Amino acid sequence: MSERKIRVLVAKPGLDGHDRGAKVVARALRDAGMEVIYTGLRQTPEMIAESALQEDVDAVGLSILSGAHMALVPRVLELLKANGQEQVKIFLGGIIPDEDVPRLIEMGVAGIYGPGTITDEIIRDIRRAVTSSPVQ
Amino acid sequence: MDLAAAVLEGNRLALARCLTQIENGTLEGRDALNRLFPNTGHAHLIGVTGAPGTGKSSLVNQLARYYRQPGSLENSTRSRPLRIGIVAIDPTSPFTGGAILGDRVRMRDLAGDSGVFIRSMATRGSLGGLAHATAGVVQVMDAAGFEVILIETVGAGQAEVDIARLAHTTLVVEAPGLGDEIQAIKAGILEIADILVINKSDQPGAEATERALRSMLQLAHPVPHIFQHHGHLEIVPASHLESGNKTLWVPPLQRTVATEGVGIVELVSVIERHYQFLQDTGEWQQREQARLQSELNIILQETLVDRWRSTISEKRYNDVLDSLVSRDLSPWQAVETLLDGDLE
Repeated sequence: MSERKIRVLVAKPGLDGHDRGAKVVARALRDAGMEVIYTGLRQTPEMIAESALQEDVDAVGLSILSGAHMALVPRVLELLKANGQEQVKIFLGGIIPDEDVPRLIEMGVAGIYGPGTITDEIIRDIRRAVTSSPVQ
Repeated sequence: MDLAAAVLEGNRLALARCLTQIENGTLEGRDALNRLFPNTGHAHLIGVTGAPGTGKSSLVNQLARYYRQPGSLENSTRSRPLRIGIVAIDPTSPFTGGAILGDRVRMRDLAGDSGVFIRSMATRGSLGGLAHATAGVVQVMDAAGFEVILIETVGAGQAEVDIARLAHTTLVVEAPGLGDEIQAIKAGILEIADILVINKSDQPGAEATERALRSMLQLAHPVPHIFQHHGHLEIVPASHLESGNKTLWVPPLQRTVATEGVGIVELVSVIERHYQFLQDTGEWQQREQARLQSELNIILQETLVDRWRSTISEKRYNDVLDSLVSRDLSPWQAVETLLDGDLE
């Protein structure tokens, strides 16, 4: 029964209540054979990092539509690093203005996906990012 | 990183990684479990099972919250706060192998408490309400020093009774409006209950559900009479039984409204009474032995099959399979042929 599954945390940090996108992505990742830990709305960066640690995930998907990404994303990255999980890949979805994209990528975000993204693209990117990283 | 040593030191990342290795069935995981096993056997394993939508996750959330507050515990020699491990199991899709593990949504109250560790697990093809690796995952948490481990099964139906084998105390969660009295007297999941919980008991139909379950309990345990007296469960043993017979446990029935925290103190008090009952009657040891025996048998069977299978060439196996498909051999004959070693 030895098998390695890709485990992904899907979380919605911040205060906006629109979780439709997060649910669509969660479902698509499940259909791609991944184990998706879904934590729901209004997660603080601390809650996200704690869940990522306890669940030993390979990747974290954040859905942010509130415009608070430049505050939330660095905090999540910082906390993951503090917990010794710097190998965990961060993917970002929602409403992210183009001008913020380069800075987020520079911070270490592995992929950013706006409205209309094909879910296959996200699945492919997660698979590639996770399998290329050295195994623990 | 020496996983086992780091787990014993209380390193949470090591614990999380160790659980992944156990889930993935790696040699590293098995090695860590071998080294951690002498430190297991202390945790009180509480199973929480019941149909989907009865509120298992919310109940687990509330139980963990209560156990985490400082204070005494009714009916118990233990005192709070206790360190709580939670294993929440959700089903793997049989078609894609993927899973959505959503139990954490109902457990957000527990965030930020280092005395709580929540792990979501997918069943990964296992039936019976638990995942294949659940026993191992629970053992690692036990060794890591969690004093109470709450195990939430998948939304179970009528046959998913593995939890009773794993847990010391099994809670079966019911909710009003899920079925008639015939559901209640069917064999299976209700028989495994050490404690019956009627959650959502503020909903219409709670009375009827309670009545149905109570009459079912009286059928299953005909000796003592149970009735509600000033809100307390009274048990009157039948005359031919010694009163104070300590070896008989009649599953109590507790009403709760988990989302509001109603009935949780009372439920914990009943759980503690069961814990004490297990200790006092020696049933704790009996359950431990039964559990380890079933685990031994399962691993023994798997190992023997794997070992034997590696001695049979793929061709031999496929030849027999072909004979089976062409109806030249029956399934029993096919197995005999493989085991005896000659294909006619």
